Amino acid sequence: MKLIYEKSIKGRRGFRLPKALASKKCDLPKKYQRVKDPDLPEVSELDCVRHFTNLSRMNFSVDSNFYPLGSCTMKYNPKFTEKALKLEGFLELHPLLPQLLGGGMLAQGSLEVIYETERLLCEITGMDAFTMQPLAGAHGELTGAMLIAAYHKHKGSRRKYVIVPDSSHGTNPASAAIAGYEVIVVRSDKDGCMDIGAFKEKLNEDVAAVMLTCPNTLGIFNPRIKEIADLAHKAGALMYYDGANLNAMMGKCRPGDLGFDVVHLNLHKTFGTPHGGGGPGAGPVGVNDRLVQFLPISKVSKRDDGTLYLDYNNPKSIGYIAPFYGNFAVILKAYAYMLLLGKEGLTEVSEYAVLNANYCMKLLKDHYELSYDRTCMHECVFSASRQADKGVHAIDIAKYLIDKGFHPPTIYFPLIVKEAMMIEPTETESKETIDEFIAAMIEIAKLTESDPQVIKDAPQKAPVKRLDETKAARDLNLRFKGSP
Amino acid sequence: MNIPENLLYTKEHEWARLEGSQATVGITDYAQSSLGDITFIELPKAGDEMEQSKALATVESVKAASDVYAPLSGNIVKVNEDLEASPELINQSPYENGWFAVIEIANEKEKEGLMSASDYKAYVETLSK
Repeated sequence: MKLIYEKSIKGRRGFRLPKALASKKCDLPKKYQRVKDPDLPEVSELDCVRHFTNLSRMNFSVDSNFYPLGSCTMKYNPKFTEKALKLEGFLELHPLLPQLLGGGMLAQGSLEVIYETERLLCEITGMDAFTMQPLAGAHGELTGAMLIAAYHKHKGSRRKYVIVPDSSHGTNPASAAIAGYEVIVVRSDKDGCMDIGAFKEKLNEDVAAVMLTCPNTLGIFNPRIKEIADLAHKAGALMYYDGANLNAMMGKCRPGDLGFDVVHLNLHKTFGTPHGGGGPGAGPVGVNDRLVQFLPISKVSKRDDGTLYLDYNNPKSIGYIAPFYGNFAVILKAYAYMLLLGKEGLTEVSEYAVLNANYCMKLLKDHYELSYDRTCMHECVFSASRQADKGVHAIDIAKYLIDKGFHPPTIYFPLIVKEAMMIEPTETESKETIDEFIAAMIEIAKLTESDPQVIKDAPQKAPVKRLDETKAARDLNLRFKGSP
Repeated sequence: MNIPENLLYTKEHEWARLEGSQATVGITDYAQSSLGDITFIELPKAGDEMEQSKALATVESVKAASDVYAPLSGNIVKVNEDLEASPELINQSPYENGWFAVIEIANEKEKEGLMSASDYKAYVETLSK
């Protein structure tokens, strides 16, 4: 497909300014005016519409196809939340308004959205307060790690380690390292949970925090989570909850009740807002009362008369971590989502997410190696090791699924499973869709025996065929023309 | 799987070739094939002090980013600068052209904790089960 610049024809226009406006004298001082016209493509409106429509058709999205990308919770994003966002009072509001003298009174509705979302998240997670500011999950993790550092510093302790299990998301050790901690990795036991013996060996008075995903990245709920939290607290360490997998346990159990002190959530995963190329994220961070005083500024607070305002009075705060109030549009959509589903609906979300994953696991386990064969939560992790013995690797299976109209599962993660394929169907898929996916996976397992080359040659139907990912990574060139 | 006889190995799939008071280190054939095509490497600098089992380098492949650990403690004498421009050397020649660094061994005793080729071979076999 040609770039829009290559479709440009000199003098062609999609829109012409009314004459009166086009000839109007520019009021800007000369030094701010352009000397040269900007280098824009010259196309008709139809050229432009076709170009971007065709581009969008090359994209893969949950609106068009099943998207079982493990750990990413690519659930359907209900369209009514877009409608809430388009309400004029939200859409036209200037983000500076609540910071101006008296302006807060003109932005009560938006402040209320932030305030009430925080309250709902506190209820769902069992935490005492949230900052809504972090702009994504990893940003939430970093904020959480900074809060942990502030907590220990305030107590006069210089702890330098953070413990993560070997099944953790790569962002966990990365966030801890950016916050200045050294990372200690603890291996998993035969059940796929953090090895408690190894954990006890590594835990000491220099450990600032233990970062866990719960259920973990193998889709397994660690039954000894409370014991781990008690051990960590006894050693003076804090418990950090990576909320990537909260979709498995809403309404069933709360991180705060399990002993976690800091949690980050991914509103764009659990609370159904577009992500993964489809929209920005939001990674609010919740804390219990021991850490409230360190939360970033500003925070939406309530006056005695019930009105809301931006509160900057927090001397022990870690400060600013994002402009304004986080990704407000994402927060608003997540709020609308929670209100529509309510307590019962959110509980059902988790029940169906877990049911669907177990359904996949059960029907596929005769065809693919299941590294940890036990009831899973919202996702199941297979290994393509049997297929790899025949020369068909997880990457080949992923590519073949594209031809079958499915987004591949997450592959080669978690790292502790060889040839990993991590399937998260989410609660929003019908049995029919999941059955089609299972049928495709079984077809692949059979083709591996009869005609493996077909799988290795996939995809054939996608806009691009097999890419040279190595060359792309080694010789990265993002320029339109020429080499750097 | 290529596992040369004359090297010492770690459970994390690094190898060490001993030459007098120095050890050349790298990652094994098993490690490079598990990682897949390596696209980037971050090496230490000559003079850096390494501690056994602590991160010596970071490698990124099309599949994952992983730390490579120092098989032995000691100062870095030199590093393989060719790898920065040509990380594929690690895939093509893990034991020769794909070496990572040379370490001046600080503690001879640490060698006792490393595996022989036959022990490492047996260990790798347990992993592929």
